[in-house]
Amino acid sequence: MFVPEFTLTGSLAVVLGWLAVGLLGLLRPQSVIFKQLLFALGALGGFVLSFLSFLALSGPAESLVLPLGLPDLPFHMRLDALSAFFLLLLGMVSAGISIFSISYFCGEEPRRFAFICLHYHFFLASMALVLLADDAYLFMVAWETMALTSYFLVTLDHKLAPIRSAGFIYLLIAHLGAIAILLSFGVLHGGHGDYTFDALRNAELSAFWTTVAFLLAFFGFGAKAGMLPLHVWLPEAHPAAPSPVSALMSGIMLKTAIYGMIRLIFDLIGDVRWEWGMVVLAIGTVTTLFGVLYALMQHDLKRLLAYHSVENIGIILLGLGMSMVFLGFGYPEAGALGLIAALYHTLNHAVFKSLLFLGAGSILHSTGLRNLNDMGGLIHSMPKTAFYFLIGALAISALPPLNGFVSEWLTFQTALQAPILGNGVVRSLVPLTAAALALAGALTAMCFVKVYGVAFLGQQRKPRHESQDTFHGGDAEHYERIGMAFLTACCFVLGLFPSAILLMLNRVAVLLNGAGLAPAALKSGWLWLVPTAPAQASYSPVIFLLVIVVVVLLTFILVRHFYHGRVRVSHPWGCGFPERTTRMQDTADAFGQPIRHVFGPVYLMTRHLPVPGEPSPRYSVKIEDRHWYWLYRPIAQLTEYVSAKVGLLQQGRVSVYLLYSFVALIALLVFVQ
Amino acid sequence: MNLLTGIAFQILQSVFVVLIAPLLMGWVNICRAWLQNRSAPSILLPYYTLAKLFHKDAVIASCASPLFRLTPYILFGCMWLVAGIVPVLVTGLPFAPAADIIALVAVFSLARMFSALAALDIGTSFGGLGARREMLIGFLAEPAMLMTLFTAAFISGSTSLNTIVGSLAHRTFAIYPSLLFAGVAFLMVLLAENGRIPVDNPATHLELTMIHEAMILEYSARHLALIEWAQAIKLFVYMIIGFAMFVPWGISEVGDWAGLLFAFATLVIKLSIAGIVLALIETFFAKFRLFIAPEFLSTAFLLAVLGMLTHFLTQT
Repeated sequence: MFVPEFTLTGSLAVVLGWLAVGLLGLLRPQSVIFKQLLFALGALGGFVLSFLSFLALSGPAESLVLPLGLPDLPFHMRLDALSAFFLLLLGMVSAGISIFSISYFCGEEPRRFAFICLHYHFFLASMALVLLADDAYLFMVAWETMALTSYFLVTLDHKLAPIRSAGFIYLLIAHLGAIAILLSFGVLHGGHGDYTFDALRNAELSAFWTTVAFLLAFFGFGAKAGMLPLHVWLPEAHPAAPSPVSALMSGIMLKTAIYGMIRLIFDLIGDVRWEWGMVVLAIGTVTTLFGVLYALMQHDLKRLLAYHSVENIGIILLGLGMSMVFLGFGYPEAGALGLIAALYHTLNHAVFKSLLFLGAGSILHSTGLRNLNDMGGLIHSMPKTAFYFLIGALAISALPPLNGFVSEWLTFQTALQAPILGNGVVRSLVPLTAAALALAGALTAMCFVKVYGVAFLGQQRKPRHESQDTFHGGDAEHYERIGMAFLTACCFVLGLFPSAILLMLNRVAVLLNGAGLAPAALKSGWLWLVPTAPAQASYSPVIFLLVIVVVVLLTFILVRHFYHGRVRVSHPWGCGFPERTTRMQDTADAFGQPIRHVFGPVYLMTRHLPVPGEPSPRYSVKIEDRHWYWLYRPIAQLTEYVSAKVGLLQQGRVSVYLLYSFVALIALLVFVQ
Repeated sequence: MNLLTGIAFQILQSVFVVLIAPLLMGWVNICRAWLQNRSAPSILLPYYTLAKLFHKDAVIASCASPLFRLTPYILFGCMWLVAGIVPVLVTGLPFAPAADIIALVAVFSLARMFSALAALDIGTSFGGLGARREMLIGFLAEPAMLMTLFTAAFISGSTSLNTIVGSLAHRTFAIYPSLLFAGVAFLMVLLAENGRIPVDNPATHLELTMIHEAMILEYSARHLALIEWAQAIKLFVYMIIGFAMFVPWGISEVGDWAGLLFAFATLVIKLSIAGIVLALIETFFAKFRLFIAPEFLSTAFLLAVLGMLTHFLTQT
């Protein structure tokens, strides 16, 4: 472009703009228009950022050194293809969420609005800085700002005890992760040079230390991404936050962790080993299956979506793991395919999961309900939201021609490259992860039949309660709908034109691995998605959609033309059973019953079944996460035990403390000699 | 090959499959009646039933949403799409690369998701029951199906059905142990996915054990006709996919008219035999209890995975 470092300075301007919007919120605006304007500006920033990063994807890498930071430690920034791709994701998805928020937050009282607006936009800005950072120092500063601002957003309703404890768990695991990342940078640094990414990239390390750095980075970023067993904060924090914030966290913040993982492992550490890939694959498989199986058991819509985020992070890890295995064995083309599948799924998940969280937010605004078992028949009162949510549900269930299918298809295609691998064991293990992915995909479809069927279809399960009078009961508000419509459109575009995205992602793969996809894959044209060679596999969503639409219309016209369209409206047919209440429909828990039966040992279940003759029989089933009991409880108890022992030192009497000082002095004198 | 001929052929093939599919249903019914010592109905009975249903007035529950009325068309459309893509008589159709085997499985999954949603739409207890059971069968059958297909994909090095048929049909005859495992698994999946005995019984109506019938209980007239028709196409297409992987011989290429005749003759023979086998299975087995079905299908899944591993073992 005309100005040097045009896209990078532009992105930086957007970051400053977001910071400014956040500060403007502190004016505690009274007028609705002004509140709406602030979030509209935030959305505009998102669009500008996605446009700039789209330009940056095809341009050369740009870098800047800012005269900020500590003396002799200026902030370094760099915008290369990898950062540009994630910035594109951030800009695009946050634009949709900000548009939604225009309506969503405009009813908040000024003080609370100021708080939300400040943290919301600082959160966006810090995520952008994480993606732009080119030295460990700025990266960690931005990373911690991101954790803190999101913590404040999660604990917005901090007067409620469960929300406070959700926030605490979130902060705790975020910091565990941050320590691991910091240590990983420390290991990479290797004792000389400075902390710019260039220096870290060029540091010479032994195989042992690179493995240590990999494990620390994987653990640290995994904590933020929600991989097993560090996922426990997700199902607590996501429901606690307001819906647009859950959408930001699940849609974008988890993806910054994926960014960090890719940046550190593929870029800074370099020379990927296949053993690392197997570790990532193993954890990815377990995370995927665990996430979806627990999602099936939830009846709180936002908790359910949070568990699905765990599952989708698992799918992304599967793609990354396969990529690492192939790269480790020296197959850059298959490695690039895996990386592209993972990046594509990252983008897709950001889009459809934000859409679903926003849908959940609209339901909450309209009815005040979060428990699926109280909903039902929402398609009649909120038809537009129902349509957007349906598209999101189909996309996350990996059904063609939407976007979720494309990335899972690419992941499958990567797994099918396994025969080229030299090691017999690895060669048979890699396709098994594809089996896990197939199972997870089918289970996701079941879960979203449950969600959609119970929430939107059927009939309202509970009559409207007095406490719901504050909720409007109608369809989503104007800007909420525009926000969701935008993300729905993204689902379609990403699903229908995958080869364009493939070309884009190929630049990232070339940047990181030095080699991209096979040349045959890149020449296939916009209509066909070809991962390796046309004879091996191909997919064309446009033809797919076109044929289905044409055929459905044709069937409709033929049936109408040759027969008739007469309809008689009547009561539902109860198989001759006269009484029928809305409580006789399947609930979310009932729908999950077969899963509890088949996968019983996976869950920690406490069930209460009534005995015959009980005057007021009650059925109840409670499902808990096993990780609390075998991992977190023991650690918590150990910590309490140790601190209780350390606490013995604290006697509260000056004479005892003086004795401590005296003993310490004597000891020091002995040692100094 | 002329592109236009190819497209014309593809459209003709899809129409051919759509029209001929109920005949296969009729044939299976006849075989079953013979085996059970009943006097057989006309082979055209499915057509009569469809015509009867189309002429009736549709009865729709007052609380139905648009999704309920749209679903039969979507189901039919999905099956029609698949009917156009699978290699029935010839390989090398121009639009066949639009969907490989993974995408085909996904189309079936799309159809299943819509039918389960429509079942939940009215809010009757039978609908929910059927949807829940159908999704249970679905999530077990789908991975097993994918793994079977992957075995074939590993042998031919491709997930496109065209290439799979091409490479399997033109090889010298050899028994692949991996294909043997995959074949058994595929048969089990076929039975489950099409709601046949021993997983579901298409002949029962209004029984507590029903799965597919429970989902479509609220449908009537043209909607029901479309769903039943889609079901018939699905069975036909599953058999075609089975033939493509396990007995691909006889299939022709686009433009080879003499080969087409031969392909047609072999297809008729294969379908007749498959129909008899299906009727035999349905006569010899009783329907399983519902929670035996997961075991049945996980056996299929394990067999398919074994098939895949056997392929890697025998290859080295």
